[in-house]
Amino acid sequence: MSETLACPAPATGADGAPEVKITVRDLDFYYGDFHALTGISCDIKARAVTAFIGPSGCGKSTFLRCLNRMNDLIPGTRVDGTVLLDGQDVYGPGVDPVDLRRRVGMIFQQPNPFPMSIYDNVAYGPRLHGVKKKSELDDIVRDSLERANLWKEVKDILDRGGLTLSGGQQQRLCIARVLAVQPDVLLMDEPCSAIDPTSVQKVEDLMAELKSSVTIIIVTHNMQQAARTSDETAFFLQERSGEPAVLVEFGRTADIFTSPKDKRTEDYITGRFG
Amino acid sequence: MSETASEQPRQQLKLMSRSTYLKEAALKNLFLLCATMAVAGVVLIFLFVGWRGWPVFAEVGLGRFLGGREWLPTEGLFGILPLLVGSLVVTLGALALGAPLAIGAAVFLSEIAPPRVRAVVRPAVELLAGVPSVVYGFFGLLVIRPVVADLTGGLGFGPLTAWLILAIMIVPTIATLTEDALGSVPDGIREASYAMGATTWQTIWRVLLPAAKIGIIDAVILGMGRAIGETMAVLMVVGNAPVFFRGLGKPISTLTSQIVMDMPYASGTHRTALFGLAIILFLISMGLVALVRGLSRLREESR
Repeated sequence: MSETLACPAPATGADGAPEVKITVRDLDFYYGDFHALTGISCDIKARAVTAFIGPSGCGKSTFLRCLNRMNDLIPGTRVDGTVLLDGQDVYGPGVDPVDLRRRVGMIFQQPNPFPMSIYDNVAYGPRLHGVKKKSELDDIVRDSLERANLWKEVKDILDRGGLTLSGGQQQRLCIARVLAVQPDVLLMDEPCSAIDPTSVQKVEDLMAELKSSVTIIIVTHNMQQAARTSDETAFFLQERSGEPAVLVEFGRTADIFTSPKDKRTEDYITGRFG
Repeated sequence: MSETASEQPRQQLKLMSRSTYLKEAALKNLFLLCATMAVAGVVLIFLFVGWRGWPVFAEVGLGRFLGGREWLPTEGLFGILPLLVGSLVVTLGALALGAPLAIGAAVFLSEIAPPRVRAVVRPAVELLAGVPSVVYGFFGLLVIRPVVADLTGGLGFGPLTAWLILAIMIVPTIATLTEDALGSVPDGIREASYAMGATTWQTIWRVLLPAAKIGIIDAVILGMGRAIGETMAVLMVVGNAPVFFRGLGKPISTLTSQIVMDMPYASGTHRTALFGLAIILFLISMGLVALVRGLSRLREESR
């Protein structure tokens, strides 16, 4: 596994510097009166895999959901600070969260295909956004399932219910479903914690393939997975219960795992808490 | 230490005392009795109605009873077709008006209403189920009938008034069950749809309603059962003329209302024919319940 630690250079912009996809500055997040996150700032690189790690309840998933405004759906939540996607403030006035979520797709911990056929699952997004022609939909469905490495397994059973697939296949179906709307960013919220080890391997392979075209952010409890799959790693920590969580350290995965700058990161990586 | 442990006297398990045994057995049988009595009630009613109504098929003849186009007891004509059609017209019209209203209310409660609004609206909808049907009938008679009369001419007794009243009456049944059906759709599916860039409306229309489809059909069938069996409110506004449907404001009659209208004075074959109507009603209700059962089995299998 050590060879994957030597990660390839992230994609670069015109000026040669690594291209930044998402910029977060001074983000604070509240669930009603509860202050969940404070002072989060980071730059997430385009076409790379960024892993969010940290103990349970440290706000990784909450932060992830700030990036596509999924938290808007929970009444009583509030965000301060800025999140820029390609330089545009996603919390700016008039920004449509629906369009944002089309560009920033999301995969959940529990595979959640719709109770409809495999084909309809994948065609769901394109249909939402106005694709009606059968031949065009066929192409998108096939292409998306191929990109999700599921095509070979399901090409003869496209009309079967998505829920009849195994857990790991369901998760790849969900990935295909998201890919069908051509997102720039893929947020993965512990995508492998509810599926079997063989499927985990497939999802990880998939991430490596996808990152040439999509910016991937993955929340994971599994540090080996973070080390294996990611180029950059962010470590979150809530130091005392009741206090907001902070972003302790953010940097190249190889650096975080071999020479962390912060004592707290080192403690976590070496398994002293969490 | 180990010695004292081994010296502990071996404890015998206590035998169950006779009084505990008797109490347990008595309770078990008591509950069995309750369940049996509930079932026995249904069976006895069915047997009674069947026993009293059965001869009608011989006295009038199956074809002339089920297929007869005229209900004129004084002339010995017991054709239930106009009543059957009346019941169907009243029920289907009420469903056409009430089901979309109820499903809409359920979607609002389950997916759109903020918690504070929900806390007020939900009990209000449930309260509708607690209003006695004679009150609905009275309301229909005094408030809705005059409006219908203006619209259709005549006195306003007829299917349209019955539709409007029944539509309100079946709302709680359908709305509550539809809300349950929507509530049992996993949250993950809702989130997945929103995360795909779907609007609330798209999520409701393309994912949630299809996912809750069987539960909603259940709800509508049970609402149908409520509408077809409703007697008092319908009786008060429908006009009670045992003839075929002729227009929105023209009196008709239903299976239930005809039984109530004729019962006080019917005798002989007429009385038997009324029990025959009850048999038909009973069979329709049982058919609807069987349909719901079948559907819920289907739902469990599809999981």
